[in-house]
This record gives sequence, C-alpha cells and structure tokens, in this order.
Amino acid sequence: MALLQISEPGQSTRPHEHRLAVGIDLGTTNSLVATVRSGKADTLPDEQQRHLLPSVVRYQADQPPLVGEEARRAATEDPLNTISSVKRYMGRGLQDIKNLTNRHAYEFADTDSNVPRFHTAMGDVTPVEVSSEILKVLKQRAEKSLGGELAGVVITVPAYFDDAQRQATKDAAKLAGLNVFRLLNEPTAAAVAYGLDKSAEGIIAVYDLGGGTFDISILRLNKGVFEVLATAGDSALGGDDFDRAIATWIMQQAGINDDADHHQLRRLMHEACAAKEALTEAERTTLKIELEDGSVWQGELDRERMHQLIDPLIQKTLLPCRRALRDAGISADEVQAVVMVGGSTRVPRVREKVGEAFKQEPLVDINPDTVVAIGAAIQADVLAGNKPDDEMLLLDVIPLSLGLETMGGLVEKIIPRNTTIPVARAQDFTTFKDGQTAMTIHVLQGERELVSDCRSLGRFTLHGIPAMVAGAARIRVSFQVDADGLLSVTAREETTGVQSGIEVKPSYGLTDSEIETMLRDSIEHAEDDVAARKLLEQQVEADRVLEALAVALAQDRALLSEAERTQIERAASRLQVKRDGKDHLAIKAAIEELDKTASDFVARRMDSSIRKALAGHKVEEFAGEEK
Amino acid sequence: MSITLTEAAADRVKQFLANRGKGEGLRLGVKTTGCSGMAYLLEFVDVIEEDDKVFESQGVKIIVDPKSLLYLDGTELDFAKEGLNEGFKFNNPNVKDTCGCGESFTV
Repeated sequence: MALLQISEPGQSTRPHEHRLAVGIDLGTTNSLVATVRSGKADTLPDEQQRHLLPSVVRYQADQPPLVGEEARRAATEDPLNTISSVKRYMGRGLQDIKNLTNRHAYEFADTDSNVPRFHTAMGDVTPVEVSSEILKVLKQRAEKSLGGELAGVVITVPAYFDDAQRQATKDAAKLAGLNVFRLLNEPTAAAVAYGLDKSAEGIIAVYDLGGGTFDISILRLNKGVFEVLATAGDSALGGDDFDRAIATWIMQQAGINDDADHHQLRRLMHEACAAKEALTEAERTTLKIELEDGSVWQGELDRERMHQLIDPLIQKTLLPCRRALRDAGISADEVQAVVMVGGSTRVPRVREKVGEAFKQEPLVDINPDTVVAIGAAIQADVLAGNKPDDEMLLLDVIPLSLGLETMGGLVEKIIPRNTTIPVARAQDFTTFKDGQTAMTIHVLQGERELVSDCRSLGRFTLHGIPAMVAGAARIRVSFQVDADGLLSVTAREETTGVQSGIEVKPSYGLTDSEIETMLRDSIEHAEDDVAARKLLEQQVEADRVLEALAVALAQDRALLSEAERTQIERAASRLQVKRDGKDHLAIKAAIEELDKTASDFVARRMDSSIRKALAGHKVEEFAGEEK
Repeated sequence: MSITLTEAAADRVKQFLANRGKGEGLRLGVKTTGCSGMAYLLEFVDVIEEDDKVFESQGVKIIVDPKSLLYLDGTELDFAKEGLNEGFKFNNPNVKDTCGCGESFTV
C-alpha cells in the first residue's frame, strides 16, 4: 500500500505520476535535503534521524566512497583521503586553489588540465566528482523517504558563484543522476522560506554566514514576488575562518610550529570549532591539545578573547552589507527585516554586530542551518508543478556585469550588474579595418573599464564576414543569461547571416575573493578608469584615422599637390606623436586638426570616385533606377 | 455511512492545515484511473461543493463527493511510517484487489 500525501485542491497526481521534487542545500560544511509533503516543507533525516550530512567524502582503495558523518570522523586519521569543504574548490583552477590559502590540507595530482584533482587512495578525483558523491547520498535518502524517483531538484548556490562554479555544480548533479530544475541563490531560498511562512512585504536583507561563504542580499518582497535588488559577499569567508583564527591563536599559545603536520592541524581546527560552539552559551571554555611530543597543552579561551579574534572577520562581512545597500539604493533604516542564515549566525557576537549594522534585531526564527534547504524545497515544489498556479516568481540578478572586449583593450558592458535574469541583450558592432573578414569576441565579466582588470570568461571568432570597408559590416552580438545564471553569447553578421557563438563554460580562472576585490577596485579606481577609457578611446580613434589616411594616400596620391600632401603628412605625424602620449584632449585636438587639413582631400576623393562610378553610364540609367 | 481518521492521521492533518494557514478540511475521493481502475485522491479543501458529504472525525472535517462515497464508505484513514517514507494510508473495506504498487484498486 502506497503512502499518500495531501495535495492542493485539484492538483492530485495520477498514480505513478507523482512529481517528487526536493531542494538541496549543497553546503561547504554540511548539506541538507528537504521536500514539501502535504504542503509542509521539512528537511529529510537519514535512518539515524540525522538531518545534516557533513559535506565530507572519504576515499579508500577498493571501497565505495564514504560520505557524511563517518567520513568526517575519519578526517583526523586519514586527512589526505578525506575531502571536506569541497565547495571551495568547485569551478576553480589549480592555480587559484594554491592561492586560496597558504596552508593546504590536500595533495593535488599533477595533470595537464587546469582542473584540480585530489590525490587519494582511490585515485585522483575532481571537485565535481566529490560533490556528486554527496549529492548521490542525498538523492538516495530522498528517494527512500518519498517512495519514488525524483522528478527534479533545486540546488542552492551562493549568490556570488560565477558561471564556472554554477556549471561545476550542475555537472556534479548530472553525475549524481539528478535532474536540476534550477540553481537558486542561497539568500533567495532563505527569503522563500520566510516569505511563505510570514507573507511579509517590504525590504529584507539576508545575511548568510556559512562555514565557507558569506553572502548578503537585499530583497524586495512584494505581492508574493521576490526581487533581488542587490547581492554582495565574499566567497572565501565563513565560520571556518573563525575556527582558523582561533586555531592560530591556540598554536601561538601552545607554541606549535607553523609547519605542523596534517593530523595536528585537523585536531587544532576541531578544538577551535568546539571552543567557538561552547562560547555560544558559556563565558569561558578550556582547551586541551596533545602536542607532537606526546605532552598535553592546556589553556583557556574566554568570550572577550574570542571576540578580539573574530571581530575583524565579522567586520569583513559588514563592508559588503553596506555596499549591497548602496547598490540597492536602500538605507539601513528602510530594511524591514534581517534574515540570518548559516550556522555561523549562531555566534552571539555575529547577531550583535549585524543588529548594530542594520539597527534592528535580526530574525532567527527558522533554524539557520535548514532555512536554505526549506526554501529550495518550496521552490522545487512549485517548479515540479505541484502548486495550483505559479504563486511565486523568482527574480535573480547577475552579480557582475557581462561585456566584451572592444578595440584598445576596453570593455563594453552588454548586461550591467544587478540586471534581473533571465535576460537577453544585443548590441551591434562593426569592423575596424577594410576587408576584415573575421572578428574575435572576447567575453568578460567585471566592473572595470579595462580588459586587463576584468575576468575573461571565454572567446570565440566569427568567421566569414564579407570583405567590406571598415565600419560597413553590422555584427550583432547577443548575450543571453538563463534562469540559472549561465551565459551564452552569439555573434551574427546581419547581411550574410553567418553566425557563431559559445556557451560560456568559462576558463576556470577566478582567484578567491576576486569578485570582492574587483568590485571594490571598480569603486576605488572609478576616476582612473574613466581617464584610461578616454585616453584609449582617443588612441583607437587616432589609429583608425591614421590607418584610413594611409589607405587614401596610397590610392589617391595623385589628387594632391606636393604642398598639400606635405601639410597633411605633417598633421598626421603630429597626431602620431600625440597618440603615443597620455593626454586624451591633445589627441582629440590633433585628430580634429588632421580632419580639417585633409577635408579638401576627402572631398576631392569623393568627387573622383563618383566620377569613376559614373563613367561610361548615361544619366537616364540612373534616373531609371529611381522609378 | 461513515469515514474516519485514526488519531495519528488526525494529528498530521491538523498540523498540515495549520501550516497551510487556510482550508476547510480534507477531501477524500476516488477517481477512475491507474492500472487497476481506481485511485485515491487526497486534497486540502478550500471550497465545499453543494453535493459534498461532510463528516467529522477527531476534530477534522472530512469532505467526500457522493460518487466517491460509494467506494469509500467505512474507510479509515491512517498515517504510517515505512522506513524513511511516511504518509497517509487508506484502510478501505470495499477494496477487493490492489495493483502491485498499491496506488490503485478495484472494488
């Protein structure tokens, strides 16, 4: 006898056609799966009634990978084969990972590809494969709990995940045999969980401090519609860093060297985490660490000391908060509620500081560990079609502007940051040189004006542009971002219809906290950038003018007297000198001067080419064509 | 004619209705579909239709349309756990045969 759930009126499914859907919070430290049954969203426990699945995978020779609590417990004994916090490695290049932190718990295999591979007893595994092991366990748990196969899942990702990281997450899901309805930003999921339960309207800030990532989102809830006004954050900041700060302090106190082995470091992190949790309730806690020589170091940590250690980290979260508010055009007073997400928001000091920043008590009603999974489950339920009508329309935004490279190393933004997705935007470009038959489209993400300051997402070349004079071809470049935030770019030459494009499977190349830095830089360097852009624009224009002049002189030298030619050439060389300088106004003036000097020449060329075109034809022929 | 809920089922229905924030009660029904002819229907009720029969059991309103009632009379609705799975279960004395999956039945 099958076990049934209560449906919404008129939404009963036919037998064997249940639309089973779950939400998955694939976290840095812990992962969760939740579903909506009989209209109520709950996280699903395993056979031992454990809801949280530690995001830890242990690889042993000739055995299936071990996932969760059992793997986490083995982390101390078998650190190299036990991969934790794999989310930090998703969609990253090997070099980024080496820059990530100076101390590394894993060994990486040497490969030609830029995708990192953990070197384990079972062989080399990629972050995508490790994540898929976690997803497989959650999938199994969900299917056992719901008594059937899943129609689809919603997986949450930090709002700050770039395209590479989102793609890697999707790949992991596919590898685990899951159909992904949608990737959902974690703060948005949290708002979904609260939005439904409280049917709140107004501006809400979601402060999400997990084990390894920090996100702040400013959302507007209005008539059941969630609009993300702005997001900011730091993809390399979380409770792990609190632990690390405490562990470093313990090392100093206990006189442990920086070059301590993997085991020792793991034990330290454990002890630091335990101390942090103890200080949620207690004023002070004792520490005990076994040293390498077998002796035991004992110490004490009180709240005040811990605050000294973690305050700078909490402070680091408040900067993006202010920026997100500014981006959203909202002042702290206008925020009606602050939702706390992530286990690290249990630290009383965090709640206190966030309360001060937003001038109100933050909301902690829903368990901060499960709130994201609950929201994802609610969204999955809607996407599976179990709701009478689309009650909820979720609007997400692009975290960083998308654009392409134009002449002179400048970035032309096609889709500005904070545009709601899905979105498609197109812009027309043209050729720079006479007879140009190909054009390379270099896709970039970032806020700065110069290519070298933005992140390269990929490039492709449009071939088969018919040979025309510079500026005649019309090339339409379209950027399309789907609901998951994944980008595809196409370029099409309008007269011939030749087309080329890419799905952005970006070159894994983002170093940690780069987005953070990129954003801050764009504000700090705004003036420099504008100056640089002006200079480059004039330089490009100067090059174009000089190039066109050279072509014209080569073709129609005969139309000029010796004196005229010398005059023009002088103006050209003056422009060349200014062009290599730094003064954009001087370049502009030199271009204008050259234009003036050469204006007669240009007019004469025009007359001459018309004469050539008319030669041998009768006037009537042209008159005839006009009919 | 009667339809009842076990205590466990009533507890859950009350919980789900409270969580949903609205609804008159619980609709039980059958529809002609599935591999053995009939299938159960279990839905929240916002509107009670004119010809619906309304029962009350353990403080929960049970709403059944007259046609379904012919197949459901005497049914007791239970809430059960089987391993990790949990949900509602129809104990229907009218059922002669169920399909292998138990989602549809004949009377």
